[in-house]
Amino acid sequence: MKDKFITLGIETSCDETSVSVVENGRKILSNAIFSQIKWHEKYGGVVPEIASRQHLEAISHVTQKSLEDAEIDFDSIDLVAVTHGPGLVGALLVGVSYAKGLAYALKKPLIGVNHIEGHIFANFLENDFAPPFLSLVVSGGHTHLIYVKDYGDYELMGRTVDDAAGEAFDKVARALGLGYPGGPLIDQTARLGNELAISFPVAHFKDEDLSFSFSGIKSAVLNYLNHQKQKGLSIVVEDVAASFQKAVVDALVENTLKAAEIKNVKTIALAGGVAANSRLREELTSKAGTDFLVRFPPMILCTDNAAMISCAGYYRFLQGFESDMTLNAYANLNIFSNN
Amino acid sequence: MEKIFETQNVEQTEKLGAAVGKLLSEGDFLALTGDLGAGKTAFTRGIARGLGIDDAITSPTFTLINEYHDSVTLAHMDVYRLKNLEELQNIGFDDYLKGYIVVMEWADKVKEMLPVEVLWIDFRVVGDSLRQLKFTSNSPYYDKIVQELSV
Repeated sequence: MKDKFITLGIETSCDETSVSVVENGRKILSNAIFSQIKWHEKYGGVVPEIASRQHLEAISHVTQKSLEDAEIDFDSIDLVAVTHGPGLVGALLVGVSYAKGLAYALKKPLIGVNHIEGHIFANFLENDFAPPFLSLVVSGGHTHLIYVKDYGDYELMGRTVDDAAGEAFDKVARALGLGYPGGPLIDQTARLGNELAISFPVAHFKDEDLSFSFSGIKSAVLNYLNHQKQKGLSIVVEDVAASFQKAVVDALVENTLKAAEIKNVKTIALAGGVAANSRLREELTSKAGTDFLVRFPPMILCTDNAAMISCAGYYRFLQGFESDMTLNAYANLNIFSNN
Repeated sequence: MEKIFETQNVEQTEKLGAAVGKLLSEGDFLALTGDLGAGKTAFTRGIARGLGIDDAITSPTFTLINEYHDSVTLAHMDVYRLKNLEELQNIGFDDYLKGYIVVMEWADKVKEMLPVEVLWIDFRVVGDSLRQLKFTSNSPYYDKIVQELSV
């Protein structure tokens, strides 16, 4: 293999169109994300919030920007990696089709990557971190507790049975009139409140079951707000936000530490958008004490991005996997199968 | 026709969903409305169980559409985040109108785009866990489903 192996990664599974150039799987040369580029200055028009098929309009521009930022051209690319699930099929297909065309034209190998696996690999970027470890992937769409035994070798230890953690944040923020996205807004508001003011129940499963459920906490908050209104009592938004956040964070931390103990790992790696939550970081770090090392990727790598896809694709390729021109998009692609 | 069902708790809402699921086939369209936390996702979980789908049914609020492939294919949508009708087109809405059973949450936001014949189900929060589900059918096909459900 070359000294400098260049992977071009493409991510279009949900709202973000992102293309990234990564050297030797870990060094980010560029990580262009459509929503963060001021396209309207250059091309006119407003960046749509729900990208989906509008990925189609963005993808070649974002690719161009990514190559420019990395100061390379198409000929330098050694591998094309692309998210092929889980996500919106209409959105995924744009990335998959573009990646296929690119790999075919450049006569370079193609590799399909699972989006959730990508989030875990965000931890490998820009450092020499390696498996085994336990990963908590928490975002608007996912809440997965995954034991990463080795590159490509995973065991699902727990997941949400209803709402994802990030979604619970969004919905409670909506009910409190804080706005969207709810995660950062609850985080900020909660800092001004008393987290012991209201006790919201955390769903518990049997000892060995590390599943999560956040629908119940959401309902408890809504019922609390209704009761206060009916009785004509005041609602301290900061206290509700803080108490709700504590309930969610406690559930996440408890199961994560249990899983880490079961697998006897030294390290816990957070991933996904909710990994940016300050209370989660504090609480997990504090409870982990000296037993476990807790790490989290920088903010920009927590949310959807293509650098993590480049990284995950590179390691899959090293393991001998390669996709062909029949690569397809799957809405509910499973991280634990190798399709 | 209109018919109101009452459920005492989440389990009963899910059970009612399962009974509905047993009566559905591909091409059917259920339009759900009602407040946050009223039980729309729990009801949809029941529908999936009724259809024989065992997967964990998680909320599609962030992902917009969750697909479940079994002996039938269920598309669980949530259009709350959509800003306009064009965005519904952009997520590939038309592709789901054939060969899928579609359950759409917050469907009143995109009324203009829905098929002519749909079964509307409105969820009303009556007490902490007490819910009223109002079924409104505008076609003989869905009338029949509501009637069978009442038996």
